[in-house]
Amino acid sequence: MSFLLAHPGLVAARAGEHAALVLVSLAIALAIALPLGVLVARRPRAGAVVLGVLNAIYTVPSLALLAILVALFGLGAPTAVVALVAYAQMILVRNIAEGLRGVSPAALDAADGLGFTPRDRLLRVELPLALPAIFGGIRIATVALIGLATVAAWIDAGGLGSIVFEGLHQDDAAKIVAGSVAAMALALAADVLLRFAERASARA
Amino acid sequence: MAEPANGARIELRGVGVTYPGGAAAVRDVDLTIAPGEFAVLLGPSGSGKSTLLRTINRLIEPTAGSVLIDGVDARALDPVELRRGIGYAIQAVGLFAHLTIAGNVGVVPSLLGWDRTRIAARVDALLTLVGLDPDVYRARYPRQLSGGEQQRAGVARALAAQPRVLLMDEPFGAVDAIVRASLQDEIRRIQRELGTTIVFVTHDVDEALRLADRIVVVANGTIAQTGTPEAVLATPANDVVRALVGIDAQSRRFAEARPLLARDRP
Repeated sequence: MSFLLAHPGLVAARAGEHAALVLVSLAIALAIALPLGVLVARRPRAGAVVLGVLNAIYTVPSLALLAILVALFGLGAPTAVVALVAYAQMILVRNIAEGLRGVSPAALDAADGLGFTPRDRLLRVELPLALPAIFGGIRIATVALIGLATVAAWIDAGGLGSIVFEGLHQDDAAKIVAGSVAAMALALAADVLLRFAERASARA
Repeated sequence: MAEPANGARIELRGVGVTYPGGAAAVRDVDLTIAPGEFAVLLGPSGSGKSTLLRTINRLIEPTAGSVLIDGVDARALDPVELRRGIGYAIQAVGLFAHLTIAGNVGVVPSLLGWDRTRIAARVDALLTLVGLDPDVYRARYPRQLSGGEQQRAGVARALAAQPRVLLMDEPFGAVDAIVRASLQDEIRRIQRELGTTIVFVTHDVDEALRLADRIVVVANGTIAQTGTPEAVLATPANDVVRALVGIDAQSRRFAEARPLLARDRP
């Protein structure tokens, strides 16, 4: 903790990088996961293929995935974003699809019978009713990505992981602890915040 | 409330629905429902009455014959436009849980692009029409309402865009007998007030007798008999109809006799 207390500005800057890495990855991941989630919910057969592929990506060890991606895209934050987006897909797509499948058939029948277009039905009925499940997916994915982003420092993506790696190279336990504790704090804060959002969306 | 005081005419001409795989749910149905008529499709479950109802707003497309609304083939209309002009209320109600009652009742006007003030005024008028105090219910969520209140809100939602036809699929099937009787009275009153053509599906003979201008008995995917409640009760056209109304006729007599028995007790 001594390092953390001695250099709060540096740790905060790294935490900012870390959060930015995760937020950018999440935003891109959501943009891809929403249409994929709709596909999985609507077309069970195509959906099984999509989930199979995403599951396969999910099981690749993070270091191995980063190594492969570095070979393709080089070192740096953009490559880390690709890895984080790929990991988040499995969690997000599964939750979005489950949320959509859980919408009551009566609400869907009513929406169709009242003259909703398919687009209106999705945007005004299905997605809002699936929102608690979607927020649940975002929460789990965020916590997982904050952890994974620590490893991404290994490919020069910055973030709190770089403090941990410095500590490893310099045999400086204080740095390792500082980076780890800060990453944990970030994950916990995100978890609490998104739990709150999840509950608020379920209340409506 | 300013309402167009006329319902639409509905004509089914040789309507058939055959599902992929060959099973026929409905065969060769000819039926004309007059503007402002309260028609009840009565039949046991699996008789095809709901399928028939759902051909009118094209939730199910007939595989044979045609459906005409005021003389216009429904197939010539955009299904979304067609449905926005036809009210739809179902047993499970299907209120949208994330919207308030006002949001639910105003959902079709909102799809139609009405402005906020007009929607708010319409919502209040409709809630009053179905017997829900707007000040009490407007801001509530569906799960805060009883089954009967939800069904009232469902009817209000179905009537929101001043449809000339209202389709109702066992709308009062899930509420208890007392609430059902009061809902039946309300829908009859509303129908007289607005002149909407109503097509109402039920398997409950008493409900059909209570509501219908004309009962259409549906059995095995075809029409077994059509007629006024009195005519269907007095002269069932065949054994199928007799079986359907007969059993219930006995239970009705039993229900009438019971208070007498109770009174005779010392």
